[in-house]
Amino acid sequence: MNKPPLITLDSVTKRYGAVVAVDTVSLEIDAGAFFALLGPSGCGKTTLMRLIAGFETPDEGRILIDGEDMAGVPPHLRPVNMMFQSYALFPHMDVASNIAFGLVQARMPKPKIKARVADLLDLVQLKGFEARKPDQLSGGQRQRVALARALARNPRLVLLDEPLAALDKKLREETQFELMRVQRELGTAFLVVTHDQDEAMVMAQRIAVMRSGRIEQIGTPLMIYEEPATRFVAGFIGDANQLEGTVVETGQGLCSVELAKGARVTARGASVNGAKVVVMVRPEHMQLGGAGLPGLVLDCAYRGDMQMIRVELLGGGIVRVASFGVQAQAMLQRGSQVMVSFAPQFARVLPS
Amino acid sequence: MRMGSVLRLSGLLFGFAFLYVPIALVILYSFNESRLVTVWGGFSTRWYGELLANEQLLDSVVMSLHVALSSALLATVLGTAAAVSLARRKRFTGRLAFSSMIFAPLVMPEVITGLSLLLLFVALDVPRGFWTIVIAHATLGMCFVTVLVHARLQGLDRSLEEAAMDLGASPLRTLFSVTLPLALPSICAGYALAFTLSLDDFVLASFTSGPGSTTLPMRIYSQMRLGVTPQINAISTLMMGGVAIVLLAAWFIERRKTAAR
Repeated sequence: MNKPPLITLDSVTKRYGAVVAVDTVSLEIDAGAFFALLGPSGCGKTTLMRLIAGFETPDEGRILIDGEDMAGVPPHLRPVNMMFQSYALFPHMDVASNIAFGLVQARMPKPKIKARVADLLDLVQLKGFEARKPDQLSGGQRQRVALARALARNPRLVLLDEPLAALDKKLREETQFELMRVQRELGTAFLVVTHDQDEAMVMAQRIAVMRSGRIEQIGTPLMIYEEPATRFVAGFIGDANQLEGTVVETGQGLCSVELAKGARVTARGASVNGAKVVVMVRPEHMQLGGAGLPGLVLDCAYRGDMQMIRVELLGGGIVRVASFGVQAQAMLQRGSQVMVSFAPQFARVLPS
Repeated sequence: MRMGSVLRLSGLLFGFAFLYVPIALVILYSFNESRLVTVWGGFSTRWYGELLANEQLLDSVVMSLHVALSSALLATVLGTAAAVSLARRKRFTGRLAFSSMIFAPLVMPEVITGLSLLLLFVALDVPRGFWTIVIAHATLGMCFVTVLVHARLQGLDRSLEEAAMDLGASPLRTLFSVTLPLALPSICAGYALAFTLSLDDFVLASFTSGPGSTTLPMRIYSQMRLGVTPQINAISTLMMGGVAIVLLAAWFIERRKTAAR
């Protein structure tokens, strides 16, 4: 039962001069998992991927694949394959030769290569495109050739660098499910690097949120959305209202927090009295009415399935309240006075 | 017509006349019946016939082609190797020195290059002849090859080579299956350039040649001292014809390739 993880990163650090691109990152990826590295551009997620692929060498820490230390192992001897952001298809080879490239390097006999290429083209639904050159393909087709090429050698782990960034919005959604299907069918572990939170939430079983070289939180999409560990994670994934205040009372997993102008709210989380904290509440967990914080309606955005209402609190700060259903149909006048309330179990205390 | 367009048109005509009138004269006079180069004596192909009988001249044509083919090959191999190391090896001692030194022969006066090679060959007691000319021409040609291939490699997406390595190709396999095929157009251009440079070089060849290794430019020059014969016009015309055919073929192949896309 207790299988070792497929990939283990053990306090990996990579510096470029004075810049720390990856800062003591430790994480584990299990075999067959769909894992996402999520973060804004420049947070070190691509560097982390290149460290695993072997294009960069860590300054500190160890990278283990299947329990084997990868230090000194060049890229061509690692059991991982990468799908590049630019796809990096060889322009001087046709689709079949591109996909076969890795198999030729592995000295697979020719008839077997042919069969394998046919299988892969079937998998990515590109039958009949064998003889095309990359510049005769559309963006989506190129993406699928790149995926097939990365899968050809049956790697333990496929690294996908912003796999959907070059596609237009509609294609991106289809391709998300396509990637999930392929991953499910093959059972190969996927590590996706992305800056798009929706992409990560939809596809991945586990997400590592990165910020300036460090991992802020690792967890399932549900955990990361519902139980963000830091302010950054709360703000980066989904909409979050953040109310600053000071803890005045704690107990039974709840904190009483005094906001700027003396109003008190209750939220889940552990802290100590006197600590400066942030109370995080998702817009869909806030309601208008009830006993809560008084405020004035700033504006309402009607979105069909819901209405997003921005309220300026009398105690300071602006919150967004998502209102669904019947209530959403009654448009609120700008400037009308409302009360904003939320249940304590949907509010989280985060360190400031 | 407006003043501006008249000016532009005459500028164009003058420019082309500047380039092509001397060449046209050579071609015209190669069909001159008269022995005097400057007097038109009627149309004839007589000098082409005499040319074919002039063994000395034909020998030097063969020699020149031999030298050009071999020195261009040597220059391409060396120049490509230099370009790959300069563009792809991350850091090695003296990289900056190498990258500036490789381009020095481009700006160095040929007389100096020729003289220094001659001194080297004399010092090493190498008999001068075919191979010394080849080496001299290769030193000149390889700089051009390096410049061309280096520029191409710089513009190449690094992730293509990384993808090859990622898919299990060793660095050497990557070089031969991805890097060099992608640099092939500039390698070919480099070869063609080195070939032409060698074919029309006079200075380096005259410094490094020995008895029995007279190239065409040297032969023409030495015949000029005895007086210009229309044979020279004839051979020049033939050379230009050859170059024109090669250029046309290259253009035609390129056009068909683009049309196929």
